Amino acid sequence: MEAGALSDPVLRARRNLPDRIGDPLLRGLSGLAAALAVVVLVAIAYEVAHLAWPAISKFGIGFLTTNDWNPVTERFGAAPFIYGTVVTSTIALLFAAPLSIAISIYLTELAPARLRRPVATLVDMLAAIPSVILGLWGILVLGPFMNDTIEPALKSVFGFLPIFSGDPSAFSYLTAALILTIMTTPIITSVTREVFETVPGDLKEASYALGATRWEMVRQVVLPYSRAGIVGAVILGLGRAIGEAIAVAQVIGGASVIHASLFHTGSTMAAQIAAQFQGAPGALQQPALAYLGLILLAFALIVNVVARLIVQRGGFKDTDITPTEVEAL
Amino acid sequence: MSPGESHALMLDRGNLKRRNRVNRLVTVSSTIAALFAVAVLLIVVGSVLSKGIGALSIHFLTTPTGLFGDTSGGISNAIVGTVIIVAIAAAMAIPVGLLVAIYTTEFAPTRIGHVVRFALDLLNGVPTIITGIFVYGLIVIPQKHQSGFAASVALAIIMLPIVARTAQEVLTLVPATLKEAAHALGIARWRTTVRVTLPTAAGGLMTGALLAVARVAGETAPLILLCSIFAPGVLTEPSEGLASIPIFIFQSSESPSPEAHTQAWAAALVLIAFVLVLNIVARAFYARSRKRMGA
Repeated sequence: MEAGALSDPVLRARRNLPDRIGDPLLRGLSGLAAALAVVVLVAIAYEVAHLAWPAISKFGIGFLTTNDWNPVTERFGAAPFIYGTVVTSTIALLFAAPLSIAISIYLTELAPARLRRPVATLVDMLAAIPSVILGLWGILVLGPFMNDTIEPALKSVFGFLPIFSGDPSAFSYLTAALILTIMTTPIITSVTREVFETVPGDLKEASYALGATRWEMVRQVVLPYSRAGIVGAVILGLGRAIGEAIAVAQVIGGASVIHASLFHTGSTMAAQIAAQFQGAPGALQQPALAYLGLILLAFALIVNVVARLIVQRGGFKDTDITPTEVEAL
Repeated sequence: MSPGESHALMLDRGNLKRRNRVNRLVTVSSTIAALFAVAVLLIVVGSVLSKGIGALSIHFLTTPTGLFGDTSGGISNAIVGTVIIVAIAAAMAIPVGLLVAIYTTEFAPTRIGHVVRFALDLLNGVPTIITGIFVYGLIVIPQKHQSGFAASVALAIIMLPIVARTAQEVLTLVPATLKEAAHALGIARWRTTVRVTLPTAAGGLMTGALLAVARVAGETAPLILLCSIFAPGVLTEPSEGLASIPIFIFQSSESPSPEAHTQAWAAALVLIAFVLVLNIVARAFYARSRKRMGA
């Protein structure tokens, strides 16, 4: 209809000047902005690779498996930080995934209608706390509590396991993992909650009509129906966990070693960059940190793409799994 | 259902008992999970409040940070710096983000719209420390010094996908009938966008912008690379390094001195209050906007 009006030469001639330039102008400007968003993404990857180039040409692919970070001998490797990233994010998700699913079950199936919105809002607010404040809390409140209470208790019961051996420490893989649990839980929850809400009511009612208890309904209807969405949500949480730099740098202790005990200090890729990039001495340390950044960027992008593919393949095309903030309201 | 009926319908009463027990167990544990999340929020905010309120004073808010661990000062320079850095970032990211959203909702062919949305999602997934490295190579290395402006550029890149994605969602909520009415009156497309679509969506757009500001106001990782070296006193020149609240909290938290920790808690209280107030205001705007669009 509109196209017809525009193609009419009489009508087009009668349109005044602002309208004749206004349309292409807005289209052009907005198209330019959209192109800019794509360009920035590509430029980030290019610039990080560019900064990392001296280290890439010096250490090659062996950088990934080199277990050394020595600014004095200028021998750098990513292994301790890849290890730290994998360990802390895995533990964080082991806690956060079941926790988030349970919270989502509560919010969609169990909570009284009056409580749903306030509780959901409070859980979302947890995501609004700046990470530097969570890190401060981690250093001064959670760390000492881990050192004095949690880690000694774990050690006394499970001390025979290598992961719970050694002396308790306020700064450790475990403390970092718990901080990451707190950061990822609201993100995973907001996506799983949305996915649970898409489960058709008649399927749930059919299950109840067959005599299922509430949990049996959840287990046989809600969870299978939402499986892809849940997996996508957890992977999205993983993306958040591996990329967190500040809070982890504050509580993990910054040791460039691989250590089996979770009570030990360590570091992650993101935390190592945050701790050392500014004012890194030597010609190779900053490139080596940028190389770490490039690996981290690759991790993060792959994780994001995989999460999106899983959710879309699972039939949640309409579910926007970006926890954009408006949906959380 | 009376006990007699239940006996007739469910012959295996032991099994039903077990099923009900499992059901209760799950009910209780998911309730505990939700309580736990709320409790963590209250504990963190409570810690900040109880440990920070004592050091919070007019003096703390109006005096610049002391030199070299002198904790008699305050955070006025950090407040001014954060306001400047975030304001410049918002001035860059909000118009561009809005334009991106206008493009994908009003102009883009389906396929290109998907590509842009995908790029925004990926941009949203880039760790903020990586954005910091990018801007470091882009601005700090050529200029050979850190600056508030470099920090603003990084924060703008972090804000862009948040602003654009929320704006997209809000713009698609604008009733098609309104736009069709404007088209039917022969009004040019750009006028429809500027005079009909945007004003209708204003509340929701405001929400997205405020939430993006709240999100980056506490962002610390890129600032460490881009704007953590600055002269003492209150500075307002964004081409030089500027103090900021997140960097103040970070540096004080790394200090061994308890006085510095107290100052960190007080600064954290200021930051968390700012972020929470922005969140609440944003929610209010959103509620009003929904009402207006009849959603």
